[in-house]
Amino acid sequence: MALDRWIAFVILCVSVVYAYAAFFTMDQLLPPFMQRNPIWPSTFPKVLSIMAIAASLIIVLGLEKAPDSDKEPDIDYRRLGDYELIPALTLLGLMVAYALLLRPAGFLLATSGFLIIGAVVLGERKLHILIPVACVATGFVWYLVEEVLGIFLRPLPFFF
Amino acid sequence: MIEGLLIGLGAAFSLQNLIMVIAGCLIGTFIGMLPGLGPMSIIAIMIPVAITIGDPSAALILLAGVYYGAIFGGSTSSILLNAPGVAGTVATSFDGYPMARKGQAGKALTIAAIASFCGGTIGAILLMAFAPMLSTVALLFHSAEYFALMVVGLSAIAAFAGTGNVAKAVLMTLLGLIMATVGEGALFNMPRFTMGMMDLQSGFSFITLAMAMFALPEAIFLVLNPARSAQGGGNGKIENLRITREEGRKIAPVIGRQSVQGFFIGVLPGAGATIASFLGYAVERNIASKEEQAEFGKGSVKGLAAPESANNAACTGSFVPLLTLGIPGSGTTAILLGALIALNVTPGPRLMLDEPQIFWAVIISMYIGNLVLLILNLPLIPYIAKVLTIPRTFLIPFILFFTLMGSYIGQNNATELLILVGMGVCATILRFADYPLAPLLIGFILGRMLEDNFARSMQLYDGIGFVLDRPMTLGLLVIAGLLVIVPSYRARRAKARQKGVADGD
Repeated sequence: MALDRWIAFVILCVSVVYAYAAFFTMDQLLPPFMQRNPIWPSTFPKVLSIMAIAASLIIVLGLEKAPDSDKEPDIDYRRLGDYELIPALTLLGLMVAYALLLRPAGFLLATSGFLIIGAVVLGERKLHILIPVACVATGFVWYLVEEVLGIFLRPLPFFF
Repeated sequence: MIEGLLIGLGAAFSLQNLIMVIAGCLIGTFIGMLPGLGPMSIIAIMIPVAITIGDPSAALILLAGVYYGAIFGGSTSSILLNAPGVAGTVATSFDGYPMARKGQAGKALTIAAIASFCGGTIGAILLMAFAPMLSTVALLFHSAEYFALMVVGLSAIAAFAGTGNVAKAVLMTLLGLIMATVGEGALFNMPRFTMGMMDLQSGFSFITLAMAMFALPEAIFLVLNPARSAQGGGNGKIENLRITREEGRKIAPVIGRQSVQGFFIGVLPGAGATIASFLGYAVERNIASKEEQAEFGKGSVKGLAAPESANNAACTGSFVPLLTLGIPGSGTTAILLGALIALNVTPGPRLMLDEPQIFWAVIISMYIGNLVLLILNLPLIPYIAKVLTIPRTFLIPFILFFTLMGSYIGQNNATELLILVGMGVCATILRFADYPLAPLLIGFILGRMLEDNFARSMQLYDGIGFVLDRPMTLGLLVIAGLLVIVPSYRARRAKARQKGVADGD
């Protein structure tokens, strides 16, 4: 089974869970006075879930045949190993680390670290340019967001 | 009207006001380029400045300049980085970004600037001519018609699906609609599908989803395939800036049509620039010739000009209900309404009679704002396009950082960043399998409005009967049905013909 049908299958499972939640778990919570409304909070999700199940079934069962296209895809997932998979996964990991560290480590440290490590992962070796650029950019963005826009970002680690 | 025009001209062409326009356009453009800060937030930031000016005409002129600048700045990040910061510029990235990747970033920006200029100017002319009349038409649209209008907008997704991909596009739209139901709806004071997580209480945020659907997968693709970034405008050619005469001839009718259509959609409160740009894109794609249709989504000049002129014209159109009825049709005009009231001006039917100088100064300032934007930005385009010549080792971490920042400053919530990364990975996998991502985002944007309007009309008419009671609703729904059915029917017929089977009549 091709990847797109697998994805449709996953979406089908999600829609079934969603349908279960919409049909069987929502209406009991409704206060009696709201039950007199012609529309309930679950009405729209019920309709959506049925339509989503139908649409994903069409793809899973292959009812709509796509014309055989000979165009080359941007990235061929069957040969994923041929691409720069490791840097991509490292960057994703780095983004997760950034999300977790942003509050405890403070904006300045987390951001300059993210920019420097990200560039090194991608193969940048001119550290004497990279580090100043990353630090200046971080400081500039912090100044812009904190001072000009007035959105609070904790600049330094929590213990300061 | 001539008299009013002269009053407006007199007010707008003072030295102080001209400086206001220029400053507003510059500020708007530069802040608007950061994804995550749309016109709404920038205008909100500028309100204290505007109020301290004191003179309502000057303040409004400043804000109008910021508004136009922000929209243009938003298109810039859509075109260069595939990171649409505002819902209204999502459609711009469909063709703008492929053009930038083909090394035509300068040209794409020029087309965007010219299309925005024409859209805004034509919109302003229409505003001047029709404002009083249109306010009555806009009131004819009730929630039932809005519901139907949004269904039409969603059905237009068939325009994004190639042949044989209608089911995928529909499924993605439904997924977007499903995601829009997460969180607390406006009409039913109860959280839905939050799985008990506080962070989902207010639903997914638009900006996070937009970044996850467009900017993140693109950045991951750039990392996966280093050759990909080498293809795209690596040399940053500036001589490509000029539009050829042939291209000019191609986009002129598109700009004309979409400016008018966009304006009239913008007049309807609540519809606004987003729907105008999507519908504009869909309409132009459907009426284009077969060869041109194949180009859409791969860097078609028409596909770029259509949403750009439509969204600017719609922004102008959204001033109609604000100035004539005092009803703000969009978030941005709601903030402008707040600014006006703070300046002791009450928009409404009496504004045109009581304070004509303000009414006309706003309209004239729209012309000037558009013109100044064009004059300021055309020389800047080569420098803006240089963004793409930054080496990829620097550019990619910065793109990732800006996507993270964009979703962080909206919510001030680090969980949002984890949601962003998770959805970005899902979006990348969807892109591997050739699922279109734009319909998902459109479904998400329209989903909540769709449900609210549907719920409101169900309550007003006590059941589904409103569909038959209101002919305009029924008509719009029929159009929506045709939009879905016709493309797949056409594809089926074309396939049957290929096989040599007679298709009957």
